[in-house]
Amino acid sequence: MSRIHVTTKINGDETEFLCDAEATLLDVLRDELGLTGTKEGCGTGDCGACSVTVDGRLVCSCLMLGAEAEGREIATIEGMAAGEVLHPLQKKFIEMAALQCGICTPGILVAAKSLLERNPDPSEEEVRYWLAGNLCRCTGYDKIIRAVLETAADMRRAS
Amino acid sequence: MALDDSKKVKNFKVVGTRPNRPDGIDKVTGRARFGADMVAPGMLTGRILRSPHAHARILRIDASKAEALPGVKAVVTRADFGDVPDHVADVMDNCMAGDKALYDGHAVAAIAASSAAVARKALKLIEVDYEVLPHVTDVDEAMKPGAPVLHEGRQQETVPSGMSGNVIARSEFGHGDIEAGLAKADRVVERTYRTGATHQGYIEPHACLATMSADGQGDLWVCTQGHYMVRNVCAAILGLEQGQLRVTASEIGGGFGGKTVVFLEPVALMLAKKSGRPVKMVMSRSEVLRATGPTASTSIDVKIGMTKEGRITAAFAELRYQGGAYPGSPVDMGAMSAFAPYDLENVKTVGWDVVTNRPKAAAYRAPGAPMAAYAVESAIDELAKGFGLDPLAVRLMNGADEGTKASYGPTYPAIGLKATLEAAHRHPHWTAPLGENQGRGVACGFWFNFGGDTCVSLNVTPDGTVTVSEGNPDIGGSRASMTMMAAEELGIPYDQVRTIIADTGSLGQNEVTDGSRVTFAVGLATIEAARAAKREMCRRAAMIWGIDEEAVEWEDGAARPAGPNAGKFPPMTIKEIAAVASNTGGPIAGHHEVTAEGAGVSFATHMVDVEVDPETGATKILRYTVFQDAGRAVHPSYVEGQFQGGAVQGIGWALNEEYIYGEDGILQNAGFLDYRIPVASDLPMIDTVILEIPNPGHPYGVRGVGETSIVPPLAAVANAVSAAAGVRMTRLPMSPPRVLAAMQAAKG
Amino acid sequence: MVKVVLWGSLAESAEGQREVAVEAATLRDLLDGLGETFPGLRAELERGVSVSIDGRVYNDSWFTPIRPDSEVVLLKRLKGG
Repeated sequence: MSRIHVTTKINGDETEFLCDAEATLLDVLRDELGLTGTKEGCGTGDCGACSVTVDGRLVCSCLMLGAEAEGREIATIEGMAAGEVLHPLQKKFIEMAALQCGICTPGILVAAKSLLERNPDPSEEEVRYWLAGNLCRCTGYDKIIRAVLETAADMRRAS
Repeated sequence: MALDDSKKVKNFKVVGTRPNRPDGIDKVTGRARFGADMVAPGMLTGRILRSPHAHARILRIDASKAEALPGVKAVVTRADFGDVPDHVADVMDNCMAGDKALYDGHAVAAIAASSAAVARKALKLIEVDYEVLPHVTDVDEAMKPGAPVLHEGRQQETVPSGMSGNVIARSEFGHGDIEAGLAKADRVVERTYRTGATHQGYIEPHACLATMSADGQGDLWVCTQGHYMVRNVCAAILGLEQGQLRVTASEIGGGFGGKTVVFLEPVALMLAKKSGRPVKMVMSRSEVLRATGPTASTSIDVKIGMTKEGRITAAFAELRYQGGAYPGSPVDMGAMSAFAPYDLENVKTVGWDVVTNRPKAAAYRAPGAPMAAYAVESAIDELAKGFGLDPLAVRLMNGADEGTKASYGPTYPAIGLKATLEAAHRHPHWTAPLGENQGRGVACGFWFNFGGDTCVSLNVTPDGTVTVSEGNPDIGGSRASMTMMAAEELGIPYDQVRTIIADTGSLGQNEVTDGSRVTFAVGLATIEAARAAKREMCRRAAMIWGIDEEAVEWEDGAARPAGPNAGKFPPMTIKEIAAVASNTGGPIAGHHEVTAEGAGVSFATHMVDVEVDPETGATKILRYTVFQDAGRAVHPSYVEGQFQGGAVQGIGWALNEEYIYGEDGILQNAGFLDYRIPVASDLPMIDTVILEIPNPGHPYGVRGVGETSIVPPLAAVANAVSAAAGVRMTRLPMSPPRVLAAMQAAKG
Repeated sequence: MVKVVLWGSLAESAEGQREVAVEAATLRDLLDGLGETFPGLRAELERGVSVSIDGRVYNDSWFTPIRPDSEVVLLKRLKGG
């Protein structure tokens, strides 16, 4: 079985990889490219731990083939901080204890960033529905929702 | 609130504050390495073949076609393990079936291959001949005489003769005279309640990476709640010496009790041994749900008598828990904790441990207690409402206090139950107005909390900063609390201490991260290790000053002469003492090894408002408040997080979550789409009130907080839904069709 | 002699007694003494028990002191999650 050659951009870097036809983007990120910050919680698009953006659109990377990344721009958790400067959401999640075990955190941060790019002033309900595809079993979501709302408020003040 | 409470304690400088967790940046940047994130050169992929039958005799396994497939490096079946010691026999059988497959998803063979694609293909080439046997998955069915029997000869002497072989044990607790008590009651409620089996639902599937050399040395990287347990169990199963097997705990993506046992690890080690290559195994979500530890499903009879003033005169519960395919359901814990919040003259519980053709139950946060509390708190609620009494006042009237003889035997020391009830009564939530189709529920809960084997090693570096090594995986921020307690004790800033989770080669035995024990027991050992280091530093300062050791004391991060008679010397800071350690006797450290005992019990009261849609039977959680005693909240944010997380897991248990088996004994909802855990849009904020009634068994008064928070919510939500729907809900989960059916039945 | 309270069904293994007395100054004395005096208890003792001494729960520490007037209650071995 021949492998497929794919050229793409990941977190701003031109990236080439070879993948099997059936390999998901998640498999490629984790197993071919060593970008293990994106997590697999279910493999069926139900938990959101594998959330990335493709051309700015939030997707579950377990539901997309690696070959489909051809010519696209992928953003993962590894590209969220600028060097040692954390994104305001990352900083706020730490400050507000919006994580316990941390396995869902990368997916939630990617999803929350995507929300704030579309809607800088979301209501609590909008945050809850936007993140409804990201399962967290530790926190009961309370501190996550608060952290996203506070970050949005901070970012609005700063802009 | 907690922050204000902690400020009242003048002598704490670090404990009670909310610093950033030390592993925070790794966790928000994707750098933290969890179970599936590790690789090794030459690594193979391991996969497991699982039984498609609920109960079947395994007649023959032929792996020759799989072994012949290019890229397959090893095949393992039960025959590879040989005999194992008795204490791990059930664990072994659960990891790899012997004569019989006992549940849908039970492992029957495993392979290691050069890629996942080859592994998938190879699994299909393994031929297994099964003789399908009759099965049973329901607890009440399994207890009937005539039910298909899973095991012969496992029944304990505690079970009356003539019962099904699936009934493994009977236990009974309590005191007083139930019949006499019931005779004094103005009303008696007698009901049967049922709860579904739920899964811990951690988002990270089980994963490990094993290496095994021909000389008997092994290395294992694994996501687990207890890597020392993994070492000991795997060594016993594989016939290794414990000292030759080094286990390193990865970051852990949730456990809630479900990662206190092994599933993949002995198999991965055996595959690594046979292939001579590192083997990585990662479960799929479907495997997690089919084959790892859910909790017990239950059937519980409750009979409680109450006077019209609200005093409970007698309380009885009979609890039947199926714990899956092997003995050891958490029914004893349920029977012992069922009435623990109350001061009762006449109380009795009977517990039955039952096996069925389901995956072996693993611990799940306060194992056994939430279901018992659901049944008991529902009956108390029904009685209180029947008399038109305030349900909080009824609980306060009957509530346990210091000096109460607990339903499970001992007399309580200082406890916080009444404090949580009083806080609930005072809280604005209690008197907030409710709308149409809305209801409010309250319930109490109790958990024991544990200690156990614990080691901490604390080292002072040459520059005077401090490292703490402990042996319990950090499942929810415990490195932050250990760092805080070390900093508190040493009188140095939080950021001068770094805590790591050491591998099994670096410390002595450590009990699993369970029983809400870590902040209590590891905290205690950390404080004692810091005290040992302080004593040593005082001794060094005494040498330098040329005075008696006893004449030196430690305060605010420095050794000081104790009193004017000791001599006039300026304080020597930890940095100054560390800088000359090589000149005064060598590196400075403190360590503490202990079997921690004396964990304080913990109580909580939960309050919840719901709205039930009369058209669909769907329940919406409107408001939720947790009141719990934490003894001392070391890092209040993470204490709140434990309260909130436990409450929401309980909400899921109450409303949505349930293992659904078909007539064929096959699990029908082995995925997060159909096994639906609560999502953000299902919930409101979860408010928390931290009470601090110090535990006399801990230097700072800490009690475990992780488990108690899942005990009351099943009942609190059920009481609220029952109020909103106008009908008593006696079965969990209260899914929309069940609620709708109950409402329609009540209307006649 | 130390008085030891047994749980309901355990009493059946101790000739029906809910409270038994054994000579014991430590937890180990207590567990050994119970097994010797009441052979019926041995099966449960071997499966493991926890012991509440004056309201605090102990699992393993043999040399935990017990006073003659201590309140001692045998419990099923506690397990957590």
